[in-house]
Amino acid sequence: MFDLDLWREIFQSINKNRTRSLLSGFTVAFAILLFAILFGIANGLKNTFKEAFGDDATNVIFINSGTTTQASKGLQAGRKIQFKNEDFNYIKDEFAEKVEFITGRIYRNVNASYRNEKNSYSVRAVHPDHQFLEKTIVEEGRYINQNDLQNRSKVVVIGRLVEEDLFSKTTALGKYINLSGIPYKVVGVFSDDGDDNEERMIYMPISTAQQVYGNNDYIDQINLSYNSKLNYDQALSFGNDLTRELKKRFSVAPSDQRAIRIFNMAEGSKNVDMMTFSLTVIILVIGFGTLVAGVVGISNIMIFIVKERTKEIGIRKALGASPRNIVSIILIESILITAIAGYVGLLIGVGVLELAGPSLEVYFIKDPGVSNSLVFGATVTLIIAGAIAGYVPAKKASQIKPIVALRND
Amino acid sequence: MLQIHQLHKSYPIGDSSLHVLKGIDLSVEEGEMVAIMGSSGSGKSTLLNIIGMLDEADSGEYILDGLTIKDLTEKKAAVYRNKFLGFIFQSFNLINYKTALENVALPLYYQGMKRKERLELAMFHLEKVGLAEWSHHLPKELSGGQKQRVAIARALAANPKLLLADEPTGALDTKTSHEIMAFIQHLNDEGKTILMVTHEEDIANMCKRIIRLRDGVIMEDTKVNQVRAEQYV
Repeated sequence: MFDLDLWREIFQSINKNRTRSLLSGFTVAFAILLFAILFGIANGLKNTFKEAFGDDATNVIFINSGTTTQASKGLQAGRKIQFKNEDFNYIKDEFAEKVEFITGRIYRNVNASYRNEKNSYSVRAVHPDHQFLEKTIVEEGRYINQNDLQNRSKVVVIGRLVEEDLFSKTTALGKYINLSGIPYKVVGVFSDDGDDNEERMIYMPISTAQQVYGNNDYIDQINLSYNSKLNYDQALSFGNDLTRELKKRFSVAPSDQRAIRIFNMAEGSKNVDMMTFSLTVIILVIGFGTLVAGVVGISNIMIFIVKERTKEIGIRKALGASPRNIVSIILIESILITAIAGYVGLLIGVGVLELAGPSLEVYFIKDPGVSNSLVFGATVTLIIAGAIAGYVPAKKASQIKPIVALRND
Repeated sequence: MLQIHQLHKSYPIGDSSLHVLKGIDLSVEEGEMVAIMGSSGSGKSTLLNIIGMLDEADSGEYILDGLTIKDLTEKKAAVYRNKFLGFIFQSFNLINYKTALENVALPLYYQGMKRKERLELAMFHLEKVGLAEWSHHLPKELSGGQKQRVAIARALAANPKLLLADEPTGALDTKTSHEIMAFIQHLNDEGKTILMVTHEEDIANMCKRIIRLRDGVIMEDTKVNQVRAEQYV
């Protein structure tokens, strides 16, 4: 297979016809370069988008309580609605099939201290499911669990930055942290993909907070995620059912918008999905378009090259070259040029993205880049296209009677 | 060496066709030096091309060195051309990006000869045409006469049985023409069979036999007293 003389012929042909080789190489390199850069930028946009919306689970419903604005069932307007444990359990049981994770929340602000370090932080008292709703990443130890809830244990899970603030260089796990005068054992340290505020949070069991901060069974807010099998419409109607049932339960007028407020992420997630989808479509169109342009370019050049070499082909045939000799010399030359040029284009493209990437973040383009396999695939596509585009005219030329080829001036 | 019997060839021109060769009968012995003459359109180049397997006849018989040339595939034709025939063209037809030496070595490459061997052999033939010092020059750096000599060296490289020349002096001035003819005569003296197409009377007279074609048939086939080209050089 490996024929040194054939390769010598090909390298000579490439080397001695530099303009031609460079021109065809340039087309390929440019196509791959454009492909890499456009694809990279589109990917960067997608990354930004994902980051902006990807922190929390998207199939989430927040339920908040407020004050009634309308009189209903003999009760006056201005009544304060307060969720309790029984309401939490009601939702959990009533909608068991549709609810994936559910948690209550109580918010408090505390002054936390460990030895001489002091700072004030927000406390979220939650159920164990909260971990999955907030996509909290437990770095050390564990999260709040069912035992803590039952025993009303005085344990906390602290944010990475809380540990950094209060424990400086030592580890917080297993130590006791003082929250507004009461010591709690640190059972876990967490991080979060959200902003720094999320990592300056302290989580404790909701039952513990209920006992410590008022000895009641109040809940400030209920968060839940619905079964991801629900489609958009089902998710919306689930939200509506929830609203209606809760309003009935608290004897709130159906048109009262303030007493019970439900925020359903499904309403926004439809837009997010649409946006991601159209971005993907744009990316595909760009990629496909550049590739097609590249293929057309190579095809043109191959036809031109074969035309230009018709006379040479005639001479070679008169001297005893078989059609196979002719096809292989033209084809291998074109594949070689396409492969090298494609690789150069790829290197430049990736290099440009690497260099320009960081400064593009202001334009909502984050980590622009293309997977190697993708660009490799694109290059291979171009090589195959170039080979096919070259094969047809080369085959044709190899079939021309040498006398016709020789007459070509 | 070469027998041709009732050879016909026509070319399509638009809807009709042009009958170029209308039954050629021809026999050439080994060691002959034949000039094919005729006005343009008489079919002389077509005949040479068919003999050179660059073109194919419509009907008739063509036997080269005892081998019937018929229904050739391109692959087979390539082998025969390489083995039996050497070409010399009016416009030299050297490959412009190859040096004189590489041009001469090309037929040997298609024979599958090793690089070192074929370059040595090519050098030997270049020396024979007196261009050893020019072996590494590109065709564009050579004069017309030198180019034709390179082409002759290339035609000889594969040691063909038959040398075909299509107006070998057509693009050269008189003095250079005579030089080239002297070369070709010399080759013939060594025993090479030569067939050439020309429309110049004095060049034809330097061959040993003249065949005159008109409207696709042989009008005249005469042996002549060869005029030696050396005396003009």
